[in-house]
Amino acid sequence: MFRFIVRRLLQMVLTFFGATFVVYALMFAYVDDPLQALVGDRPVTDSQRAALNARYHLDEGFFAQYWHYIKGLLTGDFGQSLTGRSIGDMLSQAWPVTIRLALLSIVIAAVVAIGAGVLSGIRRGGVFDTVTLVLTLIVLAMPIVVLAPLAQLVFGIQLGWFPPTAGRNAGLYELLLPALVLGSLVIATELRVTRTSVAENLRADYVRTAKAKGLAPRRVIGVHVLRNSLIPVITLIGVDIGVLMSGAIVTEGVFNIPGVGFNLFRGIRTEDGPLVVGFVSVLVIVFLVINLIVDLLYAALDPRIRYE
Amino acid sequence: MSDLNAVTTAEAPGPAPDRPRRANRSLAGDAWADLRTSKVFWIAAALVVIVVLMAAWPSLFTSADPRDCLLGRKDAGASGGAIFGFDFQGCDVYAKTVYGARDSVLVALCATLIAGVIGVLVGLAAGYFGGWLDAVLSRFVDIMLGIPFLLGAIVLAKRLSSNPESNGVLAVIVTLGVLGWTTAARVMRSAVISAKGQDYVAAARMLGAGPGRLMFRHVLPNAISPVIVVLTILLGINIAGEATLSYLGVGLKGDAVSWGIAIAETGPYARTAAAPLVWPSVFLAATVLAFIMLGDAIRDAFDPRLR
Repeated sequence: MFRFIVRRLLQMVLTFFGATFVVYALMFAYVDDPLQALVGDRPVTDSQRAALNARYHLDEGFFAQYWHYIKGLLTGDFGQSLTGRSIGDMLSQAWPVTIRLALLSIVIAAVVAIGAGVLSGIRRGGVFDTVTLVLTLIVLAMPIVVLAPLAQLVFGIQLGWFPPTAGRNAGLYELLLPALVLGSLVIATELRVTRTSVAENLRADYVRTAKAKGLAPRRVIGVHVLRNSLIPVITLIGVDIGVLMSGAIVTEGVFNIPGVGFNLFRGIRTEDGPLVVGFVSVLVIVFLVINLIVDLLYAALDPRIRYE
Repeated sequence: MSDLNAVTTAEAPGPAPDRPRRANRSLAGDAWADLRTSKVFWIAAALVVIVVLMAAWPSLFTSADPRDCLLGRKDAGASGGAIFGFDFQGCDVYAKTVYGARDSVLVALCATLIAGVIGVLVGLAAGYFGGWLDAVLSRFVDIMLGIPFLLGAIVLAKRLSSNPESNGVLAVIVTLGVLGWTTAARVMRSAVISAKGQDYVAAARMLGAGPGRLMFRHVLPNAISPVIVVLTILLGINIAGEATLSYLGVGLKGDAVSWGIAIAETGPYARTAAAPLVWPSVFLAATVLAFIMLGDAIRDAFDPRLR
């Protein structure tokens, strides 16, 4: 286990520098004069140029600038938005509601996907299985820009089952509809993986043994099959976090939830470059850390992983 | 984007052990015989044909001009050719929806081509040569996968579309193409690794074929089919990606007509008029669904083990 952790941590360091470098390179691609882009059409005087260069290190080479950027990220200094607010402060205000929303949608997605996935895995080819497969296909085909506004229109405005928007101190009920929308982005894949893995495990030797011992079907499925079937689903969580982050940008924008995604949404709309880059960098780091944790968890759950 | 990851588990196609197969039929011919009997394939193909027709000749479907808007017709109901009514600016919703197909399909097609070329070349090089080249390329793919797709796309698209005069088509194509090749590369790499160990490759090498000929004449044709499946699904994902970027305001803009822009514009007015929001959404979802179904059907035909 120790060697696995060390190797995974070294990989993480490489991916961290690589991913931040790519984000940084993407951001600077094809820009001739960032200062001119910042001030618009007005001419830039020499003294302004000198002052801005001193602040943003723009006269230094690409790698020197990348170094300043990495130093800021590692010391928790994410810079300022164009409106002069500290990005670190904005983030700390935005996190709580986003984390609540994300946890709620992960729980909803997991409960629905595992429940329905087990049922359709047991009765493969049955009515329930066929209906679920068609439904997941439709959900897969719904981009978040279709799902979020339509759900708000139908369930929030026309039927009035849920409040159409949620504020900063939104409770469980206000967050339920956005969480459903967000969760449905990952339900389809989780459900399909659960279904395939349950169907495979049902044919395994240990299931036959358990049945031969005379265990009740409920115990065979609930303990023996389920535990082994959930292992591939857990690896999906790492990938799903990335999908949820992307989805949260649109969902929080549509439902007016002042979280991380909402700030990013507004930053894009108001052309606030530093805000967008700061938020994206932090989200990429969070994504990498969560993936690291999921991998370690996975290795702890399934001893076979460590001895590749 | 999560469905692409489900696809990565698809292995290289192999012959079905339990299926009677005529000796003179190629793998593609075999797959085609399978596809012809698949209902899903025909539904998906019909949808794709309609969307492509719409993109190529929108005037076949409507004689109205999507940019001919009159505020006097604001939120008016259906009348004459405008079967979906008019939006908050008095534009014909049906005409706008039909013309929205063009840029979506164009962008997705070009972006998928770029992603396909990069993915195939990277996967071929990594899988065929192995060694340090494979290690470097695979690590690079890992790094790219460490950036959630939409986050990377927002940063890049924002940079590329800073020119106020362009309508953003090129920027979105480059963004989706540059960020979308990783899955194709991974699938290509594993298919190449399993194809290069085959006897016919060894036979060709013994006959004196060079690495270029081996790679492109022998390995590539036998390893390409899982990549085609990935790329078909990527087409659908890129259409959704274009709409999402346009919705967020870093995609198509200016006078471009796009489903994503239409959804973003009409969303705030949905309380008074729902149709201008609903119809572009339906067309967008149906198009994405068509490409995902097409990819699923092709995969089933090429790889019967997955059934």
